[in-house]
Amino acid sequence: MLGYYVDLAVRSLKRSPGLTVLMILAIGFGVGASMTSYSVFRAVSGDPIPWKSSHLYVPQIDVWGPKGHQDGSNNNDPPDAMDYTDAVALMRDHRAKLQSAMYRVSPSIVPPDASKHPINVGGHAVYSEFFPMVDAPFKYGSGWSAAEDSQRAAVVVLNGDINQKLFGGQNSVGKTVNIDGKDYRVVGVLDNWNPKPVFFDVVNTGGFTTGHEDVFIPFQRAIDVGMPNDGNTNCSEIPKGSGFVGLQQSSCVWIAYMAELDDKAAVTAYHDYLDAYFRDQKQAGRFSWPLNNRLRDLPAWLDSEHVVPSDTKVSLLVALGLLVVCLVNTAGLLLAKFLRRSSEIGVRRALGAPRLAIYTQFLVEAAIVGLTGGALGLLLTWGGVHGVSWVLPKEISTLARLDVGLLALTLLVAVVATMLAGLYPTFRASRVQPALQLKSN
Amino acid sequence: MTLPPIIAALRKHKAGAVLIALQIALTLAIVCNAIFIIYSRVDAVRRPTGMDESNLFMVEQQWVGAPSGDDAASLQKQDAMLREDLAALRAMPGVVSVTPSNSMPLLNSSWNGSAALKPGVDLRGGNARTTYYFGDDQFLSTLGLHLIAGRNFTAADVVNKGFRDNSQPDIIIVTKALADKLFPQGNAVGKVIYLNGDTKPSTIVGEVERLQAPSVDSWAAGFVWNATIAPIRLNGNFARYVIRTKPGQLDTVMRGVRDVLYKVDPMRVLDDDSVKSFADIRANAYRADVGMAMLMAVVCLILLAITAAGIVGLTSFWVGQRHRQIGVRRALGARKIDILHYFQLENLLIAGAGALVGIVLAIGLNKVLMLNFEMSRMPLVYVLGGLAIVMALGQLAVFVPARRASNVPPVVATRSV
Repeated sequence: MLGYYVDLAVRSLKRSPGLTVLMILAIGFGVGASMTSYSVFRAVSGDPIPWKSSHLYVPQIDVWGPKGHQDGSNNNDPPDAMDYTDAVALMRDHRAKLQSAMYRVSPSIVPPDASKHPINVGGHAVYSEFFPMVDAPFKYGSGWSAAEDSQRAAVVVLNGDINQKLFGGQNSVGKTVNIDGKDYRVVGVLDNWNPKPVFFDVVNTGGFTTGHEDVFIPFQRAIDVGMPNDGNTNCSEIPKGSGFVGLQQSSCVWIAYMAELDDKAAVTAYHDYLDAYFRDQKQAGRFSWPLNNRLRDLPAWLDSEHVVPSDTKVSLLVALGLLVVCLVNTAGLLLAKFLRRSSEIGVRRALGAPRLAIYTQFLVEAAIVGLTGGALGLLLTWGGVHGVSWVLPKEISTLARLDVGLLALTLLVAVVATMLAGLYPTFRASRVQPALQLKSN
Repeated sequence: MTLPPIIAALRKHKAGAVLIALQIALTLAIVCNAIFIIYSRVDAVRRPTGMDESNLFMVEQQWVGAPSGDDAASLQKQDAMLREDLAALRAMPGVVSVTPSNSMPLLNSSWNGSAALKPGVDLRGGNARTTYYFGDDQFLSTLGLHLIAGRNFTAADVVNKGFRDNSQPDIIIVTKALADKLFPQGNAVGKVIYLNGDTKPSTIVGEVERLQAPSVDSWAAGFVWNATIAPIRLNGNFARYVIRTKPGQLDTVMRGVRDVLYKVDPMRVLDDDSVKSFADIRANAYRADVGMAMLMAVVCLILLAITAAGIVGLTSFWVGQRHRQIGVRRALGARKIDILHYFQLENLLIAGAGALVGIVLAIGLNKVLMLNFEMSRMPLVYVLGGLAIVMALGQLAVFVPARRASNVPPVVATRSV
């Protein structure tokens, strides 16, 4: 019977090609536009480390007090980064399972080949626990040890790209790299690790950036050699001392911090520790305002930092609106199409077809329109995902990609949506009075 | 033609009418918000920076192995390297002028602080927020700024300091926007202000008409025209140079600039991203805005096309359905124009009802966007514009089927099938 309905539907659709094309175009464009914006939205709102994000926490300490939130735009939130004093104190206390303070650096590297010009790289100064905490994938070697942290060892972890550039992709563990005029021993090479958003340091990267993570060096080593921070520095008062050392002594915030806390008890304990730390410092005279700490897990943190660009959300909203209009449009056209065949329905009903048969017949027709529209939608989504690179900023558009899941979803959305749009017209068609139709003929 | 028969007839096909009205309502709601988004983005992109933007480019570079300390000896060495670069760049054929600068408008790197009329206020307090530019006596001429009061910096005014040195400049030039904010009565030149909550005064020696802050992000929107220019060469292991060339020689100078700098000192980072024309900087800064405007325009076009097509489709169906009735009316003496007007009026009624709902939806959608996405309030004119667009669209779309209806000959009334 289903084959017969398909045949009937195809005949009916062929009978009024204009209307059919119109419906297919509406579905195709509606689905194409929404799936294109969805692909961008999915790319920027995805969880960069889904297996672990609920165990990663970002602590915030209110080092500025009320005068820090005078602009009133941030709901009394404490600064979103840390000053040097607190970052180092938290590292020293070492209360989480794994933790790392980090800041973005942008040193220069002198290639071993003397004929080449120096190049500029990006990266982070981190503690040894950073690598296991973020599950950074190593291709060769590993991170450095806690002992090397405290020895301020001249070691470096390279990312895949820069290892390709400097060593042709060979295992470079044990080789030497000249960073800012000083030699560093390579201890590990990452397997092209570029998580987007750059979840471990949203503050200094904004989450989405075209910048690369090329090198990772020990935090205290970077501080010792005076490697300046290449990111945001926010102050509530001008540092008293000058230079990088002055910055370290100030209450300016420029350091990102992350801790891994594996269960509820650990989170509570860490929260208590943070509060106790604040009270201690208050007692010591550093703060004169009430406790105002935060401890957010990674998803909440990314949300509070507005990592997903609002343009992406607005586009998705508007595209979904477009899809709804397309569906309303299709519903109207299907209604016209189905009711035009009232006499046909009347004959079928008079010959004994139950309402269910009418339902099946017309829903099959709607599904065929949906499937064809979905196929067009696939094409348009494909074009759209490639087309967004022309209009959207590079750091975002390069993340949007097609995969089987998205394609399947496109078809599914098209078919389900069209059948939903066809429900009311089908209902109306099934209510056609056979007697009335037969009489009028 | 009176309305009651139209309304009576509409009752017979409620569902279709409701669907068209709903479609028009949603279209109106989305289109006027989308047009508002387009307009606000285009408006942001088109605002002038205050500079003469042609023949302008920027070099960002980093010295390798330069002294990185903050001590006097390191600073003087860094400053010597900077001045050597400046001299080499200024000697290039085709170059009009060169200034060192910490940043420039539309570049995503900025120094911001506050300006106060009293000494020693909080850094985040003060009377106005301001962005800082540090350049030498050629800063104004290189960027092509208009000095509207006071004087430009002279070579003797220019000093150097480390880029993390927090001392405040003796003299400054401010933008008119900042001057007006601080001194609403005018005559800012010669007055003294305190920067970043310092107790050391800085004297305003000049006022420029306009100079945009580097960041185009929303957090900087509150002080985007407040700029303070200080006659300072900032020393560090990196430097930015803004270069103005003679007309038509931008490309030549941009191509040659790396060789010139490498010749001064090869130990530096000068990669592909280091030399950027201002046109590229501008395009990059506004890429997201232009992209958003284009996306919204595409969505609007699709939306209007689909709505128009939907109206054509449903009205055609109605015309077919009422073929005989139209024939009867014609046979009873209705003119072609009466039939045409009937369908036009019917569409006006449906579209009007839809548009009323649409206006409410449009304002509601704007509220939602304002609450969640830092959007500003949509002026009523956009709603009215959207209203005009969808009503006109409805009339345009209905014309073809209505014409066909008016061409139904009276004789169909006499045919029984």
